Amino acid sequence: MVSLFKKALTSGKFMVTCEVAPPKGINLEKTVHHIELLKDKVDAINLTDHQSSVMRFPSLGAALLVKELGGEPILQMTCRDRNRLALQADLLFAASRGIQNVLCLTGDSVMLGDHKEAKAVFDMDSSQLVAAIRTMEKGKDLGGNDLDGEISFCAGAIVTPEADPLEPQLIKFEKKIEAGAEFIQTQAVYDLDKLKDFMEYARRFPAKILAGIILLTSAPMARFMNKNIAGVNVPQYLIDEMASAPKGGALKKGIEIAGRMIKKIHDEKICDGVHIMAIGKEELVPDIMAEAGLV
Amino acid sequence: MIRSITKQKSEQEIERLLKGLGRIFIIGCGTCVTLTRTGGEPEVQAMKERLSGSGKLIAGHVVVPVACDNLTSEVLQEFREQIEQAHAILVMTCAFGVQTIARQLKKMVVPALDTLFIGKETAPGRFGEICIQCGTCIIGETGGICPVTCCHKGLVNGPCGGTDKGKCEIDRNKECAWTLIYNRLKELGRLDSMRKLQKPRNHLGEPSPGNFEILEATTE
Repeated sequence: MVSLFKKALTSGKFMVTCEVAPPKGINLEKTVHHIELLKDKVDAINLTDHQSSVMRFPSLGAALLVKELGGEPILQMTCRDRNRLALQADLLFAASRGIQNVLCLTGDSVMLGDHKEAKAVFDMDSSQLVAAIRTMEKGKDLGGNDLDGEISFCAGAIVTPEADPLEPQLIKFEKKIEAGAEFIQTQAVYDLDKLKDFMEYARRFPAKILAGIILLTSAPMARFMNKNIAGVNVPQYLIDEMASAPKGGALKKGIEIAGRMIKKIHDEKICDGVHIMAIGKEELVPDIMAEAGLV
Repeated sequence: MIRSITKQKSEQEIERLLKGLGRIFIIGCGTCVTLTRTGGEPEVQAMKERLSGSGKLIAGHVVVPVACDNLTSEVLQEFREQIEQAHAILVMTCAFGVQTIARQLKKMVVPALDTLFIGKETAPGRFGEICIQCGTCIIGETGGICPVTCCHKGLVNGPCGGTDKGKCEIDRNKECAWTLIYNRLKELGRLDSMRKLQKPRNHLGEPSPGNFEILEATTE
């Protein structure tokens, strides 16, 4: 059976996805609150997988929670912590519980997280994980053995449209699509002209592209991302605009900027949709969508 | 030349490892650790002074020419009496030297160094890792640059999203292997090689612990 997300993806409608980070611990109150708030407003909710290599409640468990609460989950899976046996096993479990959308990621270095001395796995990479999903759908595991029961996923991956240098990143992007990625979420973009350039190239490939939108919460936060996150470039005029917000009004300004960008992406049909990352401020996603005129 | 690259353990760790052991014999090596300045004559002298200063008795010391060589046994034989008096041998060589020495003595050996990697000197005082001896060499498709060794994640299909301006996400002083490979393949007109979707790596090169034997051809 085709997933709801895949149906929406192929219907031609403007897609909106967001993400929810599972908690540190088993208190799921806030997670449940965010899922309930967002499940009927967006096309799907990404569940992050030990984001930034910080150990948390598993993305698989949180995806199951989305499913139980009547939402549409996108299971984020990194290759950092599991070898090919464990990844396939988790995919089987996901499939058995109706979790059919998977975002395949290589994963951040363990060294960037909160268990720096842990052994990193990286037995596979993101493109190979996409290919593994397509193999499993054909009824075989990576060892060439038969799998009992039908499996169907909607597999996606990511790209950094402003990577430096860009071409190696684009070669990897093409390999992900060749491996079978049906949708691509981009790293956060702020310069829509650069996004248009990327889309002119990316349109040639048979994958839907969702532009990554990270909510700016302050001017220092924007500067921090420019300095520390690969491929994220917040232009100076946006930093100035954030700085110009009245005291206590930075968040409102950030929502305004995110909404304005999404509206432009939607109105000018730049991408097939957006993926909103309101890191730590998931409850603001509806406000961003309202600002963009999407609700 | 291929070298074993080492780093001295912290004073606290060496102190912990030598706790309760009063008489120490120190062994250094004249090869790799002399180059890396971690176990040559000056470092052995400094260690001797440090340990004496903290109340240890130094039963003797020697810098062997090549600790991992079989000839080391002859040197150990020469210093037999002093070694016998020691409670432990503090070995300022790479792990190959430590193990070569440990095999020949009925004594506790304590490594003073951590062996970081097998590599070579890339500039005076700088060392780079070259090969992790994975047993399934893939550099025929990557322009002779090894992503298994030189990419922090050992990726074989191109860079991760953490690469930035040709540097690695874990350390801006480390090169992104995939930027290097991309530049090399582009120069060689062989980017097609990078475009090929590689399968997950074969980790069954030589199951650990490595144990290889030359098999004689059988004659019929």
